[in-house]
Amino acid sequence: MSTAQTLTFAFMDPPFESERTTTFFRLLEASLEAGANIKVFAYEGAVALAFSKQQAHGNSVHGRGVDEEAHPLSRQWIAALQQKAKERGLTFDWINCGLCVDERGVNEVISGCGRGSPADLWKFASAADNTLVIGTR
Amino acid sequence: MKVLQIVEQAFRATGEEQDDTILWLSRSMRAVGAELHLLLNGNAAYYAVQQGHLPPLRFGHWQQSHPANIEQDLQALIDSGVTVSVVEEALVERGLAQKPSIKGLQRLPRKALASLYNSVDQVWQW
Repeated sequence: MSTAQTLTFAFMDPPFESERTTTFFRLLEASLEAGANIKVFAYEGAVALAFSKQQAHGNSVHGRGVDEEAHPLSRQWIAALQQKAKERGLTFDWINCGLCVDERGVNEVISGCGRGSPADLWKFASAADNTLVIGTR
Repeated sequence: MKVLQIVEQAFRATGEEQDDTILWLSRSMRAVGAELHLLLNGNAAYYAVQQGHLPPLRFGHWQQSHPANIEQDLQALIDSGVTVSVVEEALVERGLAQKPSIKGLQRLPRKALASLYNSVDQVWQW
């Protein structure tokens, strides 16, 4: 039986708008580094983090094309953390608030991310050693 | 497990969502048995004295049918067994202390917060 701690995160910010989003992913990575299993409940704008149709773009101001610019995409960050968790024998669960998904039309999500409700946040929190909520400001 | 939900942001997305998103989240979790205490602080202290529904949005010929009703949502939380409190000083600082607050809502002085935090298993600051 694993002795790893489990941490639950509830997050509300969307991609590409706030430094909180980057900080949130840094916290997830640091938690995996520390050997913790991760559970994420994405609420409101955060459901777009896992949207599978996010597309990288070039940037003429930077003078770089699509490939060279390698624009960061949060779906790739999630996938990278899923892979990191797998390599370390840890779990990485991600549930999007389903109604938040519907109202934004971001139903297509990357593999390993699911759809749920606040009941899942309560289940995640109840099963975790601790929970951190990061509300949007 | 008992969780203290602290709401400080007022009217966050209430126009689009037709509710306060954390009050909605709390009602949803309460429906599956979550033990919650909800604390209003900062600008969200206004929720404790706000009455009726918000003014409906209007854009061109489009008009909102169901604007948020914070009072009703807070009352539903209280009626479902959730303790709802507001920080007294947050009301005073905003000139709201003399307004009647929602039935069953508790007013807590700031000095009581430490013991409130100690009385729950987790504190979720939204």
